[in-house]
Amino acid sequence: MKRIDHAEASSKFIRAKDHIEFHDRRLWDLRQKRDRESEYLPEWEELRSLASAIKEHTLANLGDYLEEFERNALANGARVHWARDAAEHNQIVFDILSSHQVRTLVKSKSMLTDECDMRPFLESRGIEVMETDLGERIQQLDNEPPSHIVVPAVHKLRTDVARVFSQTIGTDPKNSDVHYLAESQRQHTRPYFLRAEAGMTGANFAVAETGSIVVCTNEGNADLSVNLPKLYIACVGIEKIVPRIEHLGVFVRMLSRSALGSPITQLTSHFRAPREGTEMHIVLVDNGRAERLGMEDFWYSLKCIRCGACMNTCPVYRRSGGLSYGATYSGPIGVIIDPTFNLRKYSALPFASTLNGSCTSVCPVRINIHEQIYKWRQVISERNQLPMIKKEAMQIAGKVLASPKLYRAAVEATGAGLEHLPRFMLYNRLNAWGRQREVPKAPELTFRQWYLKHRARKRAKR
Amino acid sequence: MSGRDEILTRVRANQPASRPLPEVPTFDQETPASIDAFKAALVRMGGKIVEAPADSHLDALIRRLFPDANVICSAAPEVKGNRPIDTIRTPHELEDVDVGVVRALFGVAETGSLWLSEAQYRINAIGFLVQHLVVLLDPDALVTNMHRAYRHKAFFTARYAVFMTGPSATADIEGVLIHGAQGIRTLTVVLDRPR
Repeated sequence: MKRIDHAEASSKFIRAKDHIEFHDRRLWDLRQKRDRESEYLPEWEELRSLASAIKEHTLANLGDYLEEFERNALANGARVHWARDAAEHNQIVFDILSSHQVRTLVKSKSMLTDECDMRPFLESRGIEVMETDLGERIQQLDNEPPSHIVVPAVHKLRTDVARVFSQTIGTDPKNSDVHYLAESQRQHTRPYFLRAEAGMTGANFAVAETGSIVVCTNEGNADLSVNLPKLYIACVGIEKIVPRIEHLGVFVRMLSRSALGSPITQLTSHFRAPREGTEMHIVLVDNGRAERLGMEDFWYSLKCIRCGACMNTCPVYRRSGGLSYGATYSGPIGVIIDPTFNLRKYSALPFASTLNGSCTSVCPVRINIHEQIYKWRQVISERNQLPMIKKEAMQIAGKVLASPKLYRAAVEATGAGLEHLPRFMLYNRLNAWGRQREVPKAPELTFRQWYLKHRARKRAKR
Repeated sequence: MSGRDEILTRVRANQPASRPLPEVPTFDQETPASIDAFKAALVRMGGKIVEAPADSHLDALIRRLFPDANVICSAAPEVKGNRPIDTIRTPHELEDVDVGVVRALFGVAETGSLWLSEAQYRINAIGFLVQHLVVLLDPDALVTNMHRAYRHKAFFTARYAVFMTGPSATADIEGVLIHGAQGIRTLTVVLDRPR
């Protein structure tokens, strides 16, 4: 499989100046709102520690909790299915739908169904799949995957949405008023809620103690998807389990504050048992999670509650856009999850980071994201998955950094180079650092030259 | 081996060493369950607050709040409306309802959330398919924060339970806040002690 070239893929987005400026600003705004919310709660840091500890305990006892969840879900009258991988998940969903003669499925946003590539699987078998979240619907109509796990169309401007909607649901191509666009999608979607024979959601949490599926949304589309049709399917990654209802307090208090900087989502819905006269099916999906649980350095990524705070704060994500990662999960959390699905295909992603650690410091479940990024780089270089240019550069850098003499010579030469080299030698295809930025002005002296001139002389005088 | 057993076997083989499950405090020693906090939080999330009228005539109040409403359907016995909920056979029939009315079990001061389940909704879709929702709330039925809220025993019996915090909303296009994305366009909470 072809390696995803993040730098190359992002270059198109970077060229769209209005888009990238807005993208950067919008996500940074979410980050700042998150800061205000977290500072408002004196127990914020304690909540993070609790969330991390609850998740680690649950993952360390996941087998027992999964069985407890299944037992309670069955007792509630739900049916429970287990899917080893994406293909099995899709087949199970299709079998449930076709045995109920379902032609239209309304669904709320689920990263898991995107991960499994479920939509094309069902559509090619004659089932119409309607994404009912506005952002996810925009992406579905534009034949693009979501570019962000919380705000799927954040890379688009209103004019892009006007273009997509005018070509697909018949809005006025010249009208890019946001209220008009959102209202048009609402009106277009309503009949689907009324005619769909089945509804689907993902899960933010699954509670072992009660067998409940918990879904956090703002639009009300999940509650419409579940509460109208007679058939409800919940697709759940096995890492979504929390032991008890009271643990939800910890996670729900942090999820939307971390994601959007709002105290809570407009709706936090708990589906424990089917409505009278209806069916509820829960599909528990592994798809590589059990394997990841056994990776000593990387199992912590399973604590993730998909808030997207690490994406909003990441300077590389904000300035390259989610689609350039070429994977379901983008940004810092994607960088540490994606290589577990396919090391070669996603081997460039751990290099799409400055290692500034901002992701780690905003993570509500204290995943050591930037340390894992660094460790993935080690794994990738050990397994010989580095691209040629990066490998050469690293070997030279390794030699230079290991020898003080070579290092001094190189630093002095670089300073002189920056001063005197013509522009075309600094800003060309071979020097990745010169591509989107001006190289800073070199100081007149290197630090060592400065030190020898000033401090060393003073010390000699004493 | 079945998929189930294979997954469980793989999970157990790979589980890291066990570690303790922490106790979760309620973090509410210094915060009373204040109605003012509830109001501020709900308004911030796009909800409206109305005090119950002195004459306690809720039907008239709702008429005044929604003068253009044709169909009013109430799941709360205190409000009559003009579409008796008992006559509704499938949730889809609520589609033409302008105003739905329901009484919440309790509210959460921290977030301005309302707790609702099938016991309150009677038909769950009344919380989402109607255009506007009026929720009656006893101002004394408040808990401090989400930790208290999640200790409520009603979670163990409700088939479906939801914290509703303001109307349906989206900011998926350029971050512009829109109320009434797919669900209710407005949420009005009437502070009303049950009689």
